[in-house]
Amino acid sequence: MKFLKAFGQFWYDFIIGDDWKIAVAVVLALVVLFAAMTAKLFGDTGLTLLGGALIVVAFSISLAIDVRPKKR
Amino acid sequence: MDAATWGLIVATFVACFVEMVEATTIVMAMGYTRSWKSALVGTFAALGALAVVTLAAGYALANWLPESALQLAIGGLLLIFGLQWLRKAILRSSGRKAVHDEDAIYREEVEAAKSAGESKGGLDLFAFMVSFKGVFLEGMEVVFIVLTFGLNANNIPAASLGAAAAVVIVLVIAIALRRPLSMINENLLKYGVGLLLASFGTYWAVEGIGIFRDGRESLNWPGHDLMILVLIAAWLVLSRIFVAALRKPAAPAPVGAPDIAVEVKK
Repeated sequence: MKFLKAFGQFWYDFIIGDDWKIAVAVVLALVVLFAAMTAKLFGDTGLTLLGGALIVVAFSISLAIDVRPKKR
Repeated sequence: MDAATWGLIVATFVACFVEMVEATTIVMAMGYTRSWKSALVGTFAALGALAVVTLAAGYALANWLPESALQLAIGGLLLIFGLQWLRKAILRSSGRKAVHDEDAIYREEVEAAKSAGESKGGLDLFAFMVSFKGVFLEGMEVVFIVLTFGLNANNIPAASLGAAAAVVIVLVIAIALRRPLSMINENLLKYGVGLLLASFGTYWAVEGIGIFRDGRESLNWPGHDLMILVLIAAWLVLSRIFVAALRKPAAPAPVGAPDIAVEVKK
């Protein structure tokens, strides 16, 4: 049990690191891209450009959350 | 050797160089304060473990996963690593996060080593474990970077060459100087690596989403590999905009305080 916990902790630290928002942002961007692909909204060019834009937007939002003024 | 291969070698070299500087700081702290023998045994044990992980993960990834799944899985991981490095670089450059300082990390490790109890027997377990953990954890990121870049470019030897060159150069510098490598602008290097990882990660992760469509074909970027250059430029411009927008006005430092905040967390 202790080994499993340590094993899980290692992978959490390795992948998520000290900011979980980045991992969530990447996953959300890819999920939206997947939905757009499944709905056949665009061809390959449109989908790849949308994917790039979604990742940029998701990263920007996670950074904006990071630096927002803290409530006192 | 073509431009893509050189790009691959440079990317893995810089990524491995940054991680090696951090690992070397930890090993030197253990060697100078506890036991060189135990610190080096821990280092070589970690390098052996990393070699096994590289072979096993490399074989599994190359043989068991279709190309688009490989692109999605490792592109996604690369993207997460890259954006985390880029985030830290943006926050440091804009003065919102303390800069990484190898001297401060070295002092912290030395203090921890001195306060730990004496070890009995031939091997100093404290020095062994700290060195093993430091080298293994820093090395794992390098392993993933070498595997992802190498497999996607179909050139594991070139990616390994870049990483191996970084290991040799950092070791030579460390042996020559015999002190922490704090003169290296690690923050700038991390910024550069963050840009590369974020750009390649974006490219491959988006391509890999094609695993979920009929035929499991990767998505095709317009311009193909040339688009990676566009992505690097885009992430660079975006990060500079963030640095400019988030820059904090310098507050007057209290008397006796250091000029700039430093971070001792690895």
